[in-house]
Amino acid sequence: MCLGIPGQIVAITDETRQMAMAEVSGVRREVNVACVAEGALEGLVGQWALIHVGFAMSLIDEDEAEKTLIALRDLGEAQEALEQMAAGDAALAGE
Amino acid sequence: MKFASEFRDPKAAKVLLAEIAKVADQIGAMKDKPVHIMEVCGGHTHSIFRYGLDKLVHEGIEFIHGPGCPVCVLPRARVDECIEIAEREGVIFTTFGDAMRVPGTKKSLLQAKADGADIRMVYSPLDALELARRNPEREVVFFGLGFETTTPSTALAIQQAAREGLGNFSVFCNHITVPEPIKALLDDPHMCLDGFIGPGHVSMVIGIHPYDFIAQDYGKPIAVAGFEPLDLLQSVLMVLRQIAEGRAEVENQYARVVPEYGNPVSLAAIDDVYETRPSFEWRGLGEIDKSGLRIRTQYEAYDAEEKFGIGYAAGRREVEEAEGCACGQVMTGRMKPVECPQFGRGCTPEMPLGALMVSSEGACAAYWQYGGARAVEPAE
Repeated sequence: MCLGIPGQIVAITDETRQMAMAEVSGVRREVNVACVAEGALEGLVGQWALIHVGFAMSLIDEDEAEKTLIALRDLGEAQEALEQMAAGDAALAGE
Repeated sequence: MKFASEFRDPKAAKVLLAEIAKVADQIGAMKDKPVHIMEVCGGHTHSIFRYGLDKLVHEGIEFIHGPGCPVCVLPRARVDECIEIAEREGVIFTTFGDAMRVPGTKKSLLQAKADGADIRMVYSPLDALELARRNPEREVVFFGLGFETTTPSTALAIQQAAREGLGNFSVFCNHITVPEPIKALLDDPHMCLDGFIGPGHVSMVIGIHPYDFIAQDYGKPIAVAGFEPLDLLQSVLMVLRQIAEGRAEVENQYARVVPEYGNPVSLAAIDDVYETRPSFEWRGLGEIDKSGLRIRTQYEAYDAEEKFGIGYAAGRREVEEAEGCACGQVMTGRMKPVECPQFGRGCTPEMPLGALMVSSEGACAAYWQYGGARAVEPAE
């Protein structure tokens, strides 16, 4: 629960709610970027962030993102995070 | 050294391990008289076992697994209250998956779901918000659980609900804080701790200065660490060097992610939405002063405790832990998981008795997954 997973911000989806689309290990997920927003949100597109329970918590560089992903895969945490995202989608679908 | 081959940079690991051994010898650490280093975070516990760091480091270093897993320190009374809310007419109860299997007095959330309660695992509090928008005729309750890493996300969700004026969303707030239980452990005359590895992602939010008291008031070194094996080894070395040089400071090994003063947006959201509770109950540790957060009166409409008259709003419940469960002793370093009489017998990941076996970040689950199961076999 307490580990973040690296994701790349690929688009801004809702400026007012500070929401963006992030690609996390090949899976796209809408995330909140309030904690890493400085200036125009468009500036975040292409950047990497540690994503934790649907929030971008800290910007990181691409190299760090890659190293962290490898460590999380080793720990099984990356898979766990992806399963939790799928569970969230299922919850919204009423399951 | 069989685990070293799994490291991405075995050379760097070997250099660090050699340096750790050198400093450990220098300060006289040995198997019978070890240096006790507590890793506070359950994520670190998991890393230590996954990579076999406890076996790789000098024999004079002993890791003590701290209380840093929010699921593990969740008392049974809180689980009972979650179920009570979830079983009310018209409620959709949402939670992170980690909490689903924690046993309450009679059942877990998973069992309550099987019994018909509308309990849904969500990835984010924002999923709970979306459920509230889509189901205006239902009450959507989010189980706010976690340390400072998770706390701002719930706060930001509550702020968003308030902006939208969502009347059918509330949070059962059980957010807890890291510094106070560390203080409680340091105040315990039976604890013998020589240094700390600080939780990296908590510090990503709060920075490193909330730990100043550990160094200044108790004279113990602490290194805030990342989650890769090399991060942890480097942090152990930083703590040992401080001991060798007679220093006690808060050092930041994870500076590439952890800002010295934390994340200002997260801190502002936490400050806006929550206030400190006078005390909060922890599994295995009892009541700890100022260790939990509650929702401020300003956001009372989003506080499930007030809405449903439950939890601390309704007075404290006394619920004993399961008989024979030694989670408390394990969490305070008084007992190793394999020394618990229930480990691998009455308590396994399939049929957990205590929370330390439920959560993947729990010390018992980590022991079990990475060799503990074998350790218990000869006794059977």
